Amino acid sequence: MSQDAAPVRALDASAGQAGGREPLRRIVITLGPILVSLVLAGGVLLAVGVDPIAYYGFVLDRGLLSPLGLQQTLTRMAPLLFIAAGLIVAFRAGMWNLGGDGQFLLAAVTAAASAPLLVQTLPSWLALLVACLFSAFVAMIWSLVPALLRAYQGVNEIITTLMMSFLGVSFANVLVKLVFLDPATTVPQTRTLPVADRLPRLFETTVTSGLLFGLATIVIVHLVMTRTAFGLKLRIVGANPRAAIHAGLNVPLLTVAVFAISAGLIGLGAAVDIVGIQGNVRADWNPAYGFAIIPVVFLARMNGFAAIGFVFLLSVLWIGGESAARRLGVPQSFTLVLVAIVLITLALAEYLDHRFNQARRA
Amino acid sequence: MEPINEGPQTGQAIVTLEGVTKRFPGIIANDQIDLEISAGEVHVLLGENGAGKSTLIGMLSGLQQPDGGRILVDGVETAIRSPSHALSLGIGTVFQHNMLVPTLTVAENLALGGPWWQRPKIAELAARVAEIARPLGIEINLGARVSELSLGQQQQVEIVRALLRESRLLILDEATSMLTPQGIAELGALMRRLVERGLAVVFITHKLGEAADFGDRVSILKLGRKVGEIPPERLRKLERAALVDEIVDKMFGRQAGDDAVSIPPRAANDDVLLEVRDLSVPATADMPGLEAISFTIGKGEILGVAGIDGNGQKELAEALAGQRPAAGGSVRLGGQSLDDLEVGARRRKGLRYLTDDRLGEGTVGPFPVSINYFLKQIGEPPLWRSGIERSREIESRARSLTHLYDVRTPALSTPVGRLSGGNIQKVLIARELAEGAKAVIFNKPTYGLDLANTLATRQRIRDIAGEGLAVLLISTDLEELLSMCHRIVVISQGRLVGTVTNGPGAGEKVGRLMIGLAA
Repeated sequence: MSQDAAPVRALDASAGQAGGREPLRRIVITLGPILVSLVLAGGVLLAVGVDPIAYYGFVLDRGLLSPLGLQQTLTRMAPLLFIAAGLIVAFRAGMWNLGGDGQFLLAAVTAAASAPLLVQTLPSWLALLVACLFSAFVAMIWSLVPALLRAYQGVNEIITTLMMSFLGVSFANVLVKLVFLDPATTVPQTRTLPVADRLPRLFETTVTSGLLFGLATIVIVHLVMTRTAFGLKLRIVGANPRAAIHAGLNVPLLTVAVFAISAGLIGLGAAVDIVGIQGNVRADWNPAYGFAIIPVVFLARMNGFAAIGFVFLLSVLWIGGESAARRLGVPQSFTLVLVAIVLITLALAEYLDHRFNQARRA
Repeated sequence: MEPINEGPQTGQAIVTLEGVTKRFPGIIANDQIDLEISAGEVHVLLGENGAGKSTLIGMLSGLQQPDGGRILVDGVETAIRSPSHALSLGIGTVFQHNMLVPTLTVAENLALGGPWWQRPKIAELAARVAEIARPLGIEINLGARVSELSLGQQQQVEIVRALLRESRLLILDEATSMLTPQGIAELGALMRRLVERGLAVVFITHKLGEAADFGDRVSILKLGRKVGEIPPERLRKLERAALVDEIVDKMFGRQAGDDAVSIPPRAANDDVLLEVRDLSVPATADMPGLEAISFTIGKGEILGVAGIDGNGQKELAEALAGQRPAAGGSVRLGGQSLDDLEVGARRRKGLRYLTDDRLGEGTVGPFPVSINYFLKQIGEPPLWRSGIERSREIESRARSLTHLYDVRTPALSTPVGRLSGGNIQKVLIARELAEGAKAVIFNKPTYGLDLANTLATRQRIRDIAGEGLAVLLISTDLEELLSMCHRIVVISQGRLVGTVTNGPGAGEKVGRLMIGLAA
């Protein structure tokens, strides 16, 4: 009996673990490319006339080492963790929800519009909870069209979610300017939630308690995806939809559920950002978290725990990069350039690793 | 290399295959194939879907590399590295699906593949096309758009294209599948003229009649093996009817290495277990429907379904399993109606379906062997409790199944896609026979397996029938059906066209029903 080596590529990192050398190799082919990317990005910085050591030092200092910077970094993580959790659910089920930004902004506007009104009648904690649920619900509704099209007509969700995202971003903008405008200010923005009514801060710091909710959410999502029957069903739909049908799974229903959960989590992230940190939504505000998190989720190989680490890293780069942008004149978007370089080198490392494995087997 | 201008050199081998073997994950597509393709001959490769014809062409045209054996071109061992390498060796292929660009003209299509830095030399091309086409009796309108041509004309363009590249060996893959009867006759005449000019033609088909009508030499493939060859001398001697008989015999007859016939004894209590009445499924664009399918299977009975592949076998299996909606009819198992039940509920009632598409839908390749045992039981106790996976129970149950069904796997956590076909099949069998099975549908259970696994799988089927289960055995291998079924029904174009009780002479009867002759 021959052991045919099938060219099976595991997208699902949890699917096949092998012997004890495996984790070490994983760490090497994950961290190695990151170091290479820092060097490559340093080359880019040199080319534009910035001392890379100074830049990285500044990023590290402002994003990680200074107490204030670290608190900002941790605060920034809160919405990002929710978005990462939402994308993990979708990507593991093989559905490319690229509509995160539209879902996020509409949910943000919902939270910003409802929370200031709700706190006037309800106890603060209940008001925030209800606002969060409203937001999640609105984001779910926004994902419904792509979900139904994919589930029952087989329409590619990459296109539809992207389209809905553009519509959602514009629609959110319209809502702020025309419907939920705060009459008390001249800038087009929603009413502002009083600081006292926002999510509490942790201890004596400026870090929002949304961070804890985000951490809990992503851990729960990870456990649901890896340890439960529901998560396994979603992963089967993602890995082999025909096997899902053969096994008798209700694929259209699961598809709609995946979109709803994914968008709902992203909506929660938006709500936490608004009721915990921002307090209101200004017209034309679009942090574009959704697109920034997609590569992070891939870097983490859709593993929730790894995603926490990478979200932290991204937040450090982001917060540090914002300060460095002001001091050293490096554009803010250089953070994304760095993330992109990391992604490309990581893909190359994966490819080389695969080639090396094949050569060894042959 | 100017074959068109050379005289015929009949009999000289252009390409020789020696023991060529090609494996795909889980399947042996070509097993030790020997073949000699000679100038001046139409060499017909005859075989059903899945017999390994396409793989063989893939290797000749440079799309795939063999895993074993050797290919000789003009007597010299040659690795055909790529399609362009095959062309430079003089091997041209006309594929089943049209490879012309419909929005371009014929001339533009013929000029494709030339050096990109030159303007296509249309005038020169026209002269060469005329030179090639005229003696063959083909008319080519170079200015016409390809989309305006009939399928037969498009095929002629493809043949001319291959000849423009100075092919000495022309491979026609299922060339008649889209042609009208008249188009088929024209193609036959064209092939004759080509071989008269000293070319070799390899003509791939699954139709018996075409093989008899057009071939100088016929090689018959079956489940990846070459099971027979009729040389030109013999082919000329035989009457057409006798020839067809001989081919049928080779395609469906007994081969060395086949299993001994052993039909399990029926249980004393042979009540009807599975009863299907007037089952119908609407046809779709690429699949035949089912019409008024009725049969019963008793306890301990093996009912075979014979037929040429693609006549509704898969649809029948899927409709029974609940995977494909039925338009009408009823399915009863042990007296209980299954009509309104979905896949999972039918499975729980005891109806099991072992798919022939092991990697495509039977398993999730990257997932571990252990999870693949339980794909159809997700969420059910005791392996899951309140929806939470219980790793230890799954592990121990998987371990005992691995032992019981002799699955050879490095570990339970090994991705199932890494196992060989025989072992993947054992995983599926273990899954479908799990507690509570009453009736089992096997769809081509030994397709692509090696001999040892084939025999083991057949014995497993006999054993479960011996235990009193009802078995529906769908197979395109008639010998397999004859080796163990009690009765055999024949399916053709979505209808059951006859039932034969297994016994002496059953093989001939079924074989004739399969190719559309009365039993």
